[in-house]
Amino acid sequence: MACFIVPAVEAVVTTIAAKAIEKKELKSEAAAQIGEESTVAAPKISFARKTKWLRNLLWGGSALLAFEHVWHGEVVPWFPFLTAAADPADAAEMLHEMATVGVCMALLVTAVWGVMVGVSAILEKRARQAQTNEQ
Amino acid sequence: MTLLVTVFAAIISTVLWYKNAPDDKMKFSALCWMYWGASLMWLVDAIFEFAELKAEYFSPAPADMLNDLFLGLSAVALGLVIWLVILLVRDPKGVVKAALTKKKN
Repeated sequence: MACFIVPAVEAVVTTIAAKAIEKKELKSEAAAQIGEESTVAAPKISFARKTKWLRNLLWGGSALLAFEHVWHGEVVPWFPFLTAAADPADAAEMLHEMATVGVCMALLVTAVWGVMVGVSAILEKRARQAQTNEQ
Repeated sequence: MTLLVTVFAAIISTVLWYKNAPDDKMKFSALCWMYWGASLMWLVDAIFEFAELKAEYFSPAPADMLNDLFLGLSAVALGLVIWLVILLVRDPKGVVKAALTKKKN
């Protein structure tokens, strides 16, 4: 009915968070460059970039799911945009679906992203260790 | 069926991305994110539907299956259109920019 709204809202929050994290990381990077003369760059993926992975997953998935809802006539281009919102009984069902299916969608995507971040952290650690052993 | 079509699209786009990695000039990563995101979300949808219908979930009516297949293919087509827009706007190879700024002799 409108389950895609939950991951879409998370996508908006993630987009804002990714921007803020990127700004913060750029600032701290610039400060570190001023303080240090020469450092050997260790392989590291910034957290802002990792947050963008989640953002991309959420926006991509929400876009295609929104299309599915248009296909089924659940989303319309006129007010109130969600056909279920026009009827109180349907609206209650829609909210229930958002609270169950929608939240589970957002949680699963976030969990998969968490696994990706974990795996990349392990790979980065291994690369750093290999670099240290070489020196 | 929609989930199945999207998962296949996600796998194909991931293979294409891997084949060209680390170079991502064709922006295959955008396709990967989009199709994997949708696949995960439709997976949740399928689990909820399975919980409701049980074994009946695996024997849909031919008309429903055809509609779902049509929807899946349309979703993949929409994904490709979005990817094409991203590719042309970002223009990593500078092809669009070169074509627009090209002077006639």
